[in-house]
Amino acid sequence: MTATADRISSTGRRPLGNRIYKFLRSIPTWALWFIVILWTIPTFSLFVNSLRTRDAQRNSGFWSAFADNANGYHFPTLDNYREVLFPDTGAGLWNALLNSASIAIVATIIPIAIAAFAAYAFAWIDFRGREWLFIGTVALLAVPTQVSLIPLLSAYTNGVAWTLPIVHRTITIFPDLNLSGSIPAVWLTHTGFALPFAIFLLHNYIASLPKDLFESAAIDGANHFTVFWRLVLPLSVPVLAAFAIFQFLWTWNDYLIALTMIGGNRGALPATIVVASIAGEFGAREHLLTAGAFVITVVPLIVFFALQRFFVTGITAGSVKG
Amino acid sequence: MATITLEDVGKIYPDGTRAVGSVDLVVADGEFLVLVGPSGCGKSTVLRMIAGLEDISEGKMSIGDKVVNDVPPKDRDIAMVFQNYALYPHMSVFDNMAFGLKLRKMAKDDIDERVRQAAEVLEITDYLDRKPKALSGGQRQRVAMGRAIVREPKAFLMDEPLSNLDAKLRVQMRTELGRLHNRLGTTTVYVTHDQVEAMTLGHRVAVLRPVSAKRPYNLQQVAPPTELYNNPANLFVAGFIGSPAMNMVYGKLRKSDGETWLDFADKSVRVDGAALDAHPGIEAYMDKQIVVGIRPSALEDARVAGASPDRTISVTTDVNELLGSESYVHFNLSSPPVITPDIEELLADSDTDVDSLGDSTKFTARVSADVSVPDGSRVDLVIDCSKLHFFDVDTGDKIGYSPKV
Repeated sequence: MTATADRISSTGRRPLGNRIYKFLRSIPTWALWFIVILWTIPTFSLFVNSLRTRDAQRNSGFWSAFADNANGYHFPTLDNYREVLFPDTGAGLWNALLNSASIAIVATIIPIAIAAFAAYAFAWIDFRGREWLFIGTVALLAVPTQVSLIPLLSAYTNGVAWTLPIVHRTITIFPDLNLSGSIPAVWLTHTGFALPFAIFLLHNYIASLPKDLFESAAIDGANHFTVFWRLVLPLSVPVLAAFAIFQFLWTWNDYLIALTMIGGNRGALPATIVVASIAGEFGAREHLLTAGAFVITVVPLIVFFALQRFFVTGITAGSVKG
Repeated sequence: MATITLEDVGKIYPDGTRAVGSVDLVVADGEFLVLVGPSGCGKSTVLRMIAGLEDISEGKMSIGDKVVNDVPPKDRDIAMVFQNYALYPHMSVFDNMAFGLKLRKMAKDDIDERVRQAAEVLEITDYLDRKPKALSGGQRQRVAMGRAIVREPKAFLMDEPLSNLDAKLRVQMRTELGRLHNRLGTTTVYVTHDQVEAMTLGHRVAVLRPVSAKRPYNLQQVAPPTELYNNPANLFVAGFIGSPAMNMVYGKLRKSDGETWLDFADKSVRVDGAALDAHPGIEAYMDKQIVVGIRPSALEDARVAGASPDRTISVTTDVNELLGSESYVHFNLSSPPVITPDIEELLADSDTDVDSLGDSTKFTARVSADVSVPDGSRVDLVIDCSKLHFFDVDTGDKIGYSPKV
């Protein structure tokens, strides 16, 4: 009995230094929790408000949502969502969401497909000028999107041709495909701007795969194509998923490129542009913004959680002795 | 199965450094040849050139009767086992072993049969569905071996395959490797820095040494293990093969009353006729300084070997390492240490003065553990004077060396 009592009292009176150390060590965790809550508040308030009527939104903040019914407003209501997605008049956000999806999905897949091949070649195929070509590709990261938008639009609209002086021959550099106002124009633009970063990112990962693996495969009789499909792709899943998330977010949230390339073709506009015009003149329908914004936010979240399980660490474990 | 022929093969890197030079080697059909040497001696490079993973800068290499200098690895029909195993981490053991066969478009049933056979030989049948990361080091090494075996290639190339295993497993796998080779009889080239592996596994052992500006070739001696041990071609091989290493000391031969005597340090012993016969042309070296090599096993405690005064030296023990069945008696002789041209080179590189090595030579004797030799005690050692090795001081070559194969 006494022994137990002694032990309790001795643990109860731990040295002061220990307690201070424990307290200090817990600070980062609490700070992180604080930041998480702080950053979640806007999204959360958006969600709550999207379920409230126009008048309720105008009269009080989101925190009084549960008092709405007592104050004569209906809560929760899905009216905002119905009105935003499928309005009685004109095309709604639903159509724009489909446009966004068709832009983002394709503009994610194309760069990955091209960049994976390129990254493999830069990392493991010995060809002349490889280093300089790679440096050149990565240097393109520095080109700002904005400066090339208008030249690109002009290329999509009229094509690019160059008439040689003296011999008066015209060379077509980019054919006039009449792409302006179409979704493929957005695909092309996103692909172009994504490639330098995609190649850079994938190259760094693929180049770090163990060299012995490639030599082993070469002796086993694999050519570059087999090595790429059977070894490199399966082992690169984590980095492919990481880039896919990144690129999907970027293309889904893009406003500038879509507006420039699609412009007046209202039926092809993505959700980011459509939602901006929802509020209408003088903000008459600004209560719908909450529902619209929340719908747009949800999709990338779904993509993120769907792909994050591919962030496997230690995918090459057991291959070579480290 | 096939012969592997290297004719004057060399490797120079793009920056001009030479890694390998003038390698002339024929690996006979079914032979187990070991390339051994210290790190940087080019043994792995030679192996990788045979595999086709490294370009051949000079010379001609053939597998069978086909010159393979410009043949890519996949068309050389060889299999390689890597030091790091290099297993495909996302594939099961079965798929790892079947990969090479699938790429060669073999029928599914045949692949299945071959993989299962190899798995049985290597005792990994239970793990066929597992991924490499769920295996222990020894099991991974077996899978790597299995991947080579199923291919039934013309030759196996092994790059220090056992060096990542722990000591006990290494010994076990070494024995199994030997058994495996006896069973399959495939031509094998095996690289290691471990002389025990080299001596136990190799039909023949090639001792390599890093190239230097003065000596643009690697190969020092290619011979069966016993020949390497008993008849080393030069000081390098003599010092590299054998553990503990061969003792070396400056000495002089002199004739007196029809007998030949060897003087070294402050000692003098009578040389056996057999030792003289093993060094044709030794007469020319009488009364000149030579390097004498004495294996630790050629020294024995006088209480065990029996007294023979003209072959006995009396020394003071420095340290005695008791190993159970035998013990290593370390002692010093009052004679400057043997400085070969290579050691001189090393010293010059590290700005060390030759004198700093002191003026005593370290010696080791392997004596029976039946007699006790306390540290610091006086002990009489009998030298087996038929097993002395004499080397030229300037060239480091064994005097009158001729291969006895």
